[in-house]
Amino acid sequence: MSNDADAERVAELARGVVADHDPKKVPAREYLGACYDAGLSWVHFPEGLGGLGVSRGLQAVADRILQGAGGPVPLGLNPMGYGMAAPTIREHAQSEDVKRQWLRPLATTEDLWCQLFSEPGAGSDLAGLATSAVLDGDEWVINGQKVWTSLAHRARWGLLLARTNPDVPKHKGLSYFVIDMHSAGVETRPLRQLTGQAEFNEVYFTDARIPDKHRLGDVGNGWHVAMTTLMNERTALGGSGSRRGAGTIADATGLWASRPERQTPVLRDRLTQLWLRSEAQRLTSERSRAAATVGGPGPEGSIGKLVGAELNQHIYQWCMDFLGPEGLLYRGYDQRAATGERDWQGPIQQKFLRSRANTIEGGTSEVMRNILGERILGLPGDLRADSGMPWKEIPRG
Amino acid sequence: MAEKLADQPQIQAEFRFTDEQNQLRDAVRKFSTEHFAEATVRQLMESDPPFDPKVWTRLGAELGVLGLSVPEADGGVGGTLVDQAVAIEELGARLAVGPFFGTVYLAIPAVVAASSGPARDELLGDLVEGRRTAAVAVIDRAGVFDPDAVTVTVAGDALSGTVSQVVDGGIADVLLVAARGSDGVALYVVDTTAAGVERTPLATLDLTRSEANITFASAAGHLIAGPAEAARVLDHALQVGAALLAVEQVGAAQHLLDLSVEYAKSRLQFGRPIGSFQAVKHRLADLLVDVEHARSTAYHAIWALTDGSDDPALATSIAQAVSSAALSHVATDTIQVHGGIGFTWEHQAHLYYKRAATDAVLLGSAEQHRDRVAAMVLDGATVDRVPWVADGSAV
Repeated sequence: MSNDADAERVAELARGVVADHDPKKVPAREYLGACYDAGLSWVHFPEGLGGLGVSRGLQAVADRILQGAGGPVPLGLNPMGYGMAAPTIREHAQSEDVKRQWLRPLATTEDLWCQLFSEPGAGSDLAGLATSAVLDGDEWVINGQKVWTSLAHRARWGLLLARTNPDVPKHKGLSYFVIDMHSAGVETRPLRQLTGQAEFNEVYFTDARIPDKHRLGDVGNGWHVAMTTLMNERTALGGSGSRRGAGTIADATGLWASRPERQTPVLRDRLTQLWLRSEAQRLTSERSRAAATVGGPGPEGSIGKLVGAELNQHIYQWCMDFLGPEGLLYRGYDQRAATGERDWQGPIQQKFLRSRANTIEGGTSEVMRNILGERILGLPGDLRADSGMPWKEIPRG
Repeated sequence: MAEKLADQPQIQAEFRFTDEQNQLRDAVRKFSTEHFAEATVRQLMESDPPFDPKVWTRLGAELGVLGLSVPEADGGVGGTLVDQAVAIEELGARLAVGPFFGTVYLAIPAVVAASSGPARDELLGDLVEGRRTAAVAVIDRAGVFDPDAVTVTVAGDALSGTVSQVVDGGIADVLLVAARGSDGVALYVVDTTAAGVERTPLATLDLTRSEANITFASAAGHLIAGPAEAARVLDHALQVGAALLAVEQVGAAQHLLDLSVEYAKSRLQFGRPIGSFQAVKHRLADLLVDVEHARSTAYHAIWALTDGSDDPALATSIAQAVSSAALSHVATDTIQVHGGIGFTWEHQAHLYYKRAATDAVLLGSAEQHRDRVAAMVLDGATVDRVPWVADGSAV
C-alpha cells in the first residue's frame, strides 16, 4: 500500500478513536486502550500489538489528530514504557503471549515501567555492570544494586540488564530481563539529588527471582537488546516540540518579555543565539522525521540528545544571568517527591539546577560525541584498556 | 510573489527531495568533479577572467542549472527553488568559480520577479542559457534593500554614480543597477561594455569570488523594474540570494567536514589515527552538528520561499545566521584538524577558509542576521506565559 493510503488509513482510525472515546470525557486509561486497540500506540508495530504495520513516520499523523483532540501525550505518562520498553519488548520478547500481556497495560499506563541499567560502578561504561543473574531451574536469581532509576517506586515492571557470565569479556556476559517490581527481594529507596527532589531511586536486589520466559533475547545477548532500548531512549530524550519557540526556549523568552527593565543588548544577543540553536535543532528534527520513512531510530537521535542537553543548560544559565539577584531565591529544599511534581515543572531556579543532569543522564555528552564521531562520521574508536579481558579481571573502582 | 506560486507544478513536502532532484544532484556533482576540480579552480582563480566562460555556457545551455526555478513562460524549465538549491549545494562543495553570486543568486531572481517587457525578457533568456552573465550593483543593508542607500542617479536613461565592491562586477556582461530618478528608485540593466561604464577590479581576500568598483558616467541603461516594483523585486532577489548563499555554505561545509574526517582517519600520530583521540573526534562531532543545523535552516528558507510556508524574511535570516557561523566554524576547525599541512598554500583548506570569510559577510553577517531575528522574535514580544520564578518563600 502506498504511504499516502496508509496515512489516510491512520488518520481515519485516529478520527474514529476520538469520535468514540472523546479524550476530554472518558478516563485516560480507557482512551489509551482504545488507541492501542486501533493500532495507534506505535503505528509501525504489528497489528494486534498496538500497531498497524505501517511506516514509523506516520505516527505523527495519528498524534496530530489524537493530541489535537485533547488526548494526553502518552510518552509523558509512561515515559520508559512508551519510549523504551515497548520497542524492546516488540523486538525481543520470547512469545506473542508475553508481548500482549505487557504491551496493552503499558499502553493504558495501568502498568508503569522503569529502566534498571546504571549502577554505582557502571555509568558511561554500562557494559561493566555487576548485578548478577544466576539460573536456578527455570528461574533467574538476581543480586546487586541499580541506581538513577526514575519511577521505580511506581513502576510495575523494570527493564533489567544483568551479568549472567563473569568469565567472558564484559559485553558478552550480559542478559536482558523484565522484572516484576512487586516481587520479593526488590527494594526501592528514593535517591535525593542536588535540587532537593527525589526523582530517582536506588533499587536493591536480594535473591529476587525472574521466570526465564521474562528474559528478552538470548542469554549473553543482553548488550544487543540494551542497544534497542538506549537508541530509543536517546530519540525520546532528544525529540523536541515541533512548534517554533516552544519547549525550553519558551522559559527564556517568557522571562525576557516579562521583565523589560532587565533587558540589555548583550543578554538579547545571547538569548537570540540560544533561540537560533533551538530553532536549528527543531528544523533538524523535522528533517530527520521527513527522512525516516521506515526503520527504527538511527544515530541522528544522538544529535538531538547532545544539542538538547547542552541547550537546556545554556538556556537556564541565561535565565539565571537575566534574573540577577532574583535568581538567588529558592522554594526551600524539603523533599516533595510524594507530591508527584516532576523537576521540570518547578521554578526556573530548580530547572537551572536540574539541567546539570541533562548532559549526564541517558548518555553523557562525551559518550554522545563519541557516538556521533564513530557511528556517523566513521572515526576509529578510542583505545580500551579492558579490550578482550574477562569481566572479572577488569579493575573496578 | 503570489503570482509566481501559481506556476509551481506541485507542492513538495518540506525536506523531501524527489527522485528527479537526486538525479540532478548526481549530474551537477559529476559536472563539478570534471570542471571544478581543485587544480582547475586554482588555475582559473588566477586567470583573467577568473572563470571559464565556456564552462559557464555549458552550465546554462547544456546542464541547464543557472535558472532552474525560472517559469516555463519565461523560457525556463519551470522547476522550483529547491531544484536550484540542490545544484548550488553541489557547486558550492567544489568552490565552483564563475559569476554565480551575481547571476544565479541575485540577477535571475530579480529579473524573474520584474514585470515582463522586451529588455527584461531578452535578458532573462540570455542569463538562463549562459549567453550573458550579470552582477547586481546595489548596496544592500545586510541583505535587505534600502532605497535610501541608493546614490546612483538617472536622468532619462543615463545613469551616473559609483557603486563599490560589486561581487562579480568585474567579470559580468551586464549590471543590474538601482538608480534614483525623478519618480523614485528604479532598477536598470547596463551593458558593461557601454560608454560611460568604468570598472576597477579589486584584489580580494577570496580569489574565487571577485569584486570590482563600478563608476557610471551617463551610461545608457534599460529599465527592468520601475519605481513601483523595484523595491519588491530587489527584496525578493536578496532573500532568494541569501537562501542560495546559505545552501552554498552548506555544500562547502559538508565538503570540509568530509575532508577533515578522512584526514583524521588516515593521519597517524603516537601510532594511532588522530581521529581516535577524543579531542579531535569531539571537535568533528561538533562540526557535524553545525553542518546538520545549517542544512536544516538553509533548506527551510528555500522551502519558505518556494511554498510560502514561513515568513521568508525570518527564514532567510535564520538560515544566514546559522549557516554563516557554521561554515566559518567548519573552515576554521578544518585547518586546525589538518595541522601544519592545513596552513600551506598547497592544501585546499585556505581556499574554503577565504570563501567562508567572504560568504559570512555577503548579504549580511551572522551577527546582523541575529540582530534581525531578535527584532522579529524578541523585541516587542508580548508576555503569553511568565515562567514560575521562586520568590524565596519556602513551600
